[in-house]
Amino acid sequence: MSEKDKLRYGFFLGCVAPNRYPFIESSIRAVFEHLDAELLELEGASCCPAPGVFRAFHIPSWLVIAARNITIAEELGVSPITGCNGCYGTLRDAWVELEHDHEMKKMVNTHLAKVGREYKGTKEPKHIVQALYLDMGLDFLRDKIKHKFSDLKVAAHYGCHIVKPSDKRPWKGEYENPRFLDEIIELTGAKSIDYKDKFLCCGAGGAVRTAVKEVSADFSREKLTNIRDAGADIIVDCCPFCHLQLDLGQMEANGIYKDMIGEPFKVPVIYITQLLGLSFGIDPNKLGLIKNHELSGVPPFISIDPFLNIVKEQFT
Amino acid sequence: MSENVEKYIKRKVSKDLSTKIAEKFVDVGLEKIRACINCGTCTGGCPSGRRTAYRTRSAIRKALTGDESVLKDIDIWLCSTCYYCYERCPRNIPVTDMIIKLRNIAVEEGYILDAHFGLATDIFLKTGHGVPADGEANKKWRDLRESYGLPPLPPTVHSHPEAVKECQELLKSVGFIELMDNAKKLKEERAKAEEKKDEEA
Repeated sequence: MSEKDKLRYGFFLGCVAPNRYPFIESSIRAVFEHLDAELLELEGASCCPAPGVFRAFHIPSWLVIAARNITIAEELGVSPITGCNGCYGTLRDAWVELEHDHEMKKMVNTHLAKVGREYKGTKEPKHIVQALYLDMGLDFLRDKIKHKFSDLKVAAHYGCHIVKPSDKRPWKGEYENPRFLDEIIELTGAKSIDYKDKFLCCGAGGAVRTAVKEVSADFSREKLTNIRDAGADIIVDCCPFCHLQLDLGQMEANGIYKDMIGEPFKVPVIYITQLLGLSFGIDPNKLGLIKNHELSGVPPFISIDPFLNIVKEQFT
Repeated sequence: MSENVEKYIKRKVSKDLSTKIAEKFVDVGLEKIRACINCGTCTGGCPSGRRTAYRTRSAIRKALTGDESVLKDIDIWLCSTCYYCYERCPRNIPVTDMIIKLRNIAVEEGYILDAHFGLATDIFLKTGHGVPADGEANKKWRDLRESYGLPPLPPTVHSHPEAVKECQELLKSVGFIELMDNAKKLKEERAKAEEKKDEEA
């Protein structure tokens, strides 16, 4: 690819990936570098702000801060790109809403002018999965595959806001049974298995986790029961907040609902670029798969060793 | 907002209830709820309603009839915003967005959970992040970042104090700080009134 055609994005980090699940950030950086797609830093970006909480408190504030974050990418002349469904929901919904509501756009720019910014709305906010699937495409990714799994059963977890609201997403209105994530997973030779209520929400979003943790953990309990029943080796997701809920929340569900679930859950949770990166032949250290510290009370809370053993066995 | 819709909403408001919500709904442009026939498709597909007392259709019904109890109940905060109700509504009502707007009205009326209030004021307003990694209490998260080959703090507001100030200025300008101060005041007043009632009883 020539320098001119090189894919460039502004990497919108959000909160959960950089500040709680940094191995997700590492794996996105490693995979995009490997694919020769440049991630520019969005210096001074803030919380997106989170759609379930801050939008729920005050829609105008949510729009103004979201627009500010988008202007940082606009100044660099690139699309903001995020690995988080929540940030994607905020940035993309704000972008679509401001495109259609000129009064709102005027309001937002009145506030932004006070700090010397102007929101234009010329750069489409993207999700890393959208960039992989739509900007690069499956054929491009397939060419980069070096190692393939011979027997790995994956429970794909899309999360909600990568597909919904579907009128504000790039998937041609598909929300009941999207396949894009399964198709990326299956490039690695893994089998994306069907499981009951596959598109069930993880339970973290919409301010629920902060409001009543037990309710979030009950979503996860139901989801994990279905995943375990289907015989999945691992979960693969594409959102740090879902990742937190399925990892930390898995541990919480094991405690809160121990009388309901029988054996405790122990399904490793892997982020999409960690899985894909392994297949590309990227060093697992760069993908945040190898623990290199003595800290306690940090993720992954559910051991990923069973997955790493599968990798060792099948990648020869 | 057409006059007819306004009339419709007001007509449906029960006698003993305030018209405040109905009016606010009109103000924020949610006249689409008038199309609701209470079919329950929203509730039928709701993953939160399976395990909690939250009933989407009932929240919408209460909003439409100006029943303020919908603002006080924790129920509307149990929607995980999965958007199935929004996608599947046969009347094309953006249901999830309405729940979000209902929450906006609730906060304006001082109905905000302590945990959410703390997140908004102690964390987001001060740091610019909803989940921060700065400060002494968060040292292990910076160490964790470093263990994965990343700088201790990301290049976000965490590396740019002037950007935190900029966000605070914007949030002041757009009325967020005032909204939170007012919510706190209303919350405290309500708690005091409750206390007084308890003492009298």
